[in-house]
Amino acid sequence: MVHYYDDADLPRFGEIGKDAPELWQKFNAYYGAVFEDGALSEREKALIALAVSHAVQCPYCIDAYTQGCLEKGSNLEQMTEAVHVAAAIKGGAALVHGVQMRKKAEGISM
Amino acid sequence: MNQSLLKRNHPLAVIDAQRRVLESDAAVPAFGERLAAADLHPLTATGIETFQINVGKMCNQVCKHCHVDAGPDRTEIMTRETMELCLAALDQTNAQVVDLTGGAPEMNPDFRWLVDQIVARGRRVIDRSNLTILVAQGYEDMCQFLADRNIEVTASLPYYLESQTDAQRGDHVFERSIRALKNLNAVGYGMPDSGLTLNLVYNPTGAFLPPKQAGIEADYKRELRRRHGIEFNSLYTITNIPISRFLDFLIESGNYGPYMQKLSNAYNPEAAKQVMCRSTISIGWDGQLYDCDFNQMLEITVGDGLPTHVRDFDAAALARREICIGNHCYGCTAGSGSSCTGAVAD
Repeated sequence: MVHYYDDADLPRFGEIGKDAPELWQKFNAYYGAVFEDGALSEREKALIALAVSHAVQCPYCIDAYTQGCLEKGSNLEQMTEAVHVAAAIKGGAALVHGVQMRKKAEGISM
Repeated sequence: MNQSLLKRNHPLAVIDAQRRVLESDAAVPAFGERLAAADLHPLTATGIETFQINVGKMCNQVCKHCHVDAGPDRTEIMTRETMELCLAALDQTNAQVVDLTGGAPEMNPDFRWLVDQIVARGRRVIDRSNLTILVAQGYEDMCQFLADRNIEVTASLPYYLESQTDAQRGDHVFERSIRALKNLNAVGYGMPDSGLTLNLVYNPTGAFLPPKQAGIEADYKRELRRRHGIEFNSLYTITNIPISRFLDFLIESGNYGPYMQKLSNAYNPEAAKQVMCRSTISIGWDGQLYDCDFNQMLEITVGDGLPTHVRDFDAAALARREICIGNHCYGCTAGSGSSCTGAVAD
């Protein structure tokens, strides 16, 4: 059976640089800098990345940042709360569009 | 799981089987090649600063990751006669630190005698404790015994939460560990100006690397104080070495290959330069000599043609010996490195 997603593809990520090496290098440098300790700690940034991974529903990112969060010292309580933050924002984003629905309905209704 | 691999007649209880798994792993380069690339091959000792004595494999716990395969069913215990040989060897060196490990070292019937002998020699003693033995029946006065002699306590607590700790070390271990830590605090350990040092050891509760030591130490200090009112001095992060029961876990959970790859990818030559075996001698319960506690469990005695028993201890030759290496050594050189006193490199 063919799968669109394959965990063996994650270590092959670097292959995307083959035909555009300068852009890949710039992306890598930027990516690395983003995750360094700064105003936010590496651990906090990994938790944000984990939440975003769920919001964008990227299985590669979920794989990488589950390991990443554990290796930064986070625990399952914190990681589960991070996923709930993603779920709340995703759910809230859907729900708040209900205002648009209501405005449209009001506009065309008697 | 409440028995050792040995008691269960597990295939990995045969040490050769562990060595075959590690040395037949084609997924990672041979560890010696990585050392050679950093001009560290052959790896040689720089002296003997630490005497690490494993006084036996008996333990009151059966942790899932134990590199010793220790447990209540292990009866290998160092005799007083062998301890006397260790002390004679210690007298040949200027090693200032004697690190007592096991099993649960306190369970050796001559533990207190050995501690007193080392203290009388003016050397610093570390008791590498599993904590729960300190609240076990018959050991109620152990905290005070250690405090009266200013013994440094380095204690295992793989995480500051119950779920992770018990998943690795067994049911109710966290609750008993917290009680032991409170008892240690009560006699002064970890408290400001007491002079009694209590260090904790973090190790990953799965197939992943430890976090940076300073960051997780701050988390431990904040959370143990907030949740339990516990104080301690330093936290050491230690990487799980792929041998014995942790090797069994890796293979059974399908994590062996990815974990070895992870260790190899994180290989740090700066950590390799500072591995603790270069300044340590490790002595087994039966007096055999090893480069470290991990080589000891893989039954790889000191090489270089040197005598392998403490009765024939040659301090000068051992201080400059060639270290025996294998792919399990990747565990001590990944990321910030790993030693019995935690990370070794930034």
